[in-house]
Amino acid sequence: MSAAQSSASALVSVRGLGLERGGRPLLDGLDLDIAAGDLVLIEGPNGSGKTTLLRSLAGLSRLGLTGNIARHCDELLYLGHRAGIKQLLTPRENLAWACRSQGWDAAAIDSALERVGLSGRADVFCQHLSAGQQRRVNLARLYLSFDAGRENSLWLLDEPFTAIDRDGVAALAATMAEQVARGGAVALTSHQDLPLDTPLRRLVLGGGP
Amino acid sequence: MSAPYASVNAFLGASLKRQLLLAYRRPVDTINPLLFFLLVVTLFPLGIGPEPAQLAEFAPGILWIVALLASLMAAEGMFRQDYEDGSLEQLLLAPQPLYLASLTYTAAHWLVTGLPLTLLSPLFATMLQLPVAALPVLMLSMLLGTAVLSLVGSIGAALTVSLKRGGMLISLIIVPLYIPVLIFAAGAVRFAAEGFDASPQLLLLAGMLSLAVALAPFAISAGLRISVDAG
Repeated sequence: MSAAQSSASALVSVRGLGLERGGRPLLDGLDLDIAAGDLVLIEGPNGSGKTTLLRSLAGLSRLGLTGNIARHCDELLYLGHRAGIKQLLTPRENLAWACRSQGWDAAAIDSALERVGLSGRADVFCQHLSAGQQRRVNLARLYLSFDAGRENSLWLLDEPFTAIDRDGVAALAATMAEQVARGGAVALTSHQDLPLDTPLRRLVLGGGP
Repeated sequence: MSAPYASVNAFLGASLKRQLLLAYRRPVDTINPLLFFLLVVTLFPLGIGPEPAQLAEFAPGILWIVALLASLMAAEGMFRQDYEDGSLEQLLLAPQPLYLASLTYTAAHWLVTGLPLTLLSPLFATMLQLPVAALPVLMLSMLLGTAVLSLVGSIGAALTVSLKRGGMLISLIIVPLYIPVLIFAAGAVRFAAEGFDASPQLLLLAGMLSLAVALAPFAISAGLRISVDAG
């Protein structure tokens, strides 16, 4: 991976990262800078450490990790395999909690729910929504983050397109492009290509098991 | 990380409200420990005979052992849902200190398990023929003691949440830590039932609670970080 960008403007910079899971090395000596304006697609076969790398970048995983990860972002949004959605709360309640510290108002939540196509279901318990709709509740957080317009915002998205229909994927990719154009950064894992013209940095992880 | 500290109170309020709302929407978690308590207390007169004097003698110990087991039962599932649906990951990444979040989780847990137990304890005590004069001390010991149990139980729950079958392990971790509460709380009730002053035991319980409030959230936070990392 090129480390051409100056690490001063990097939102997260990784030096000599080694990862090990279950006694098997996944990464060794990885250097990576994700700077403002970067859209990084992390690719690799199943079991190559994509999720572990994203979790390490977010600061959730430290087990079996060597090297150095420095974060300089003001806002970090990590959306993982587990949705972080409470089944017994409505989409509106879930989002109100998710964006509590930014103090976003009800109108912002309504608009985010509308953009993910859930405005009619804002007050239904999430357990009555389909898997794809629950993913969409989570993705509404991206719009909330985008609308808040924070500086140095970094999104770490683990398989964001899972269970999302084709139009949803296009809208989501467009939002990522906007986020990058605005000076944020996105790192995502995906097995499908992004329907985008935006230049993409690819990070291909090892050969798998 | 703009102004997370200016809004500490708002965060505590929002977090507590969310936990209580979730408990309200799944009342079975609140009712189960109470039912358990009721069932076991009903069994004792059948098992050791309905002789009032005999029951009254054992009542302090019985009440507190059952309270301890009910608390153990309730503690186990405390972070389970949050772990499985990913809310815990988001909580660890939030700009607010995990110490405060741990504290509100425990407070909410106590409000829906320890507090109802405290309020209903005079009823259970009467079923076991505990002298009426000992009821205020019983309630006070429950009030202080169940709060300590909730805090200590949360540590075990945080450490074992990523394990599929953490039930036995959590008992092994936290029952030894429950023992001082059992000794002093049951002691306080016994003293009161025999007409002695129970304030030394109650003060010791209050001391334990202060210590647990100050320190347990650190242990809970660390336990949650380890569990999420291992998951």
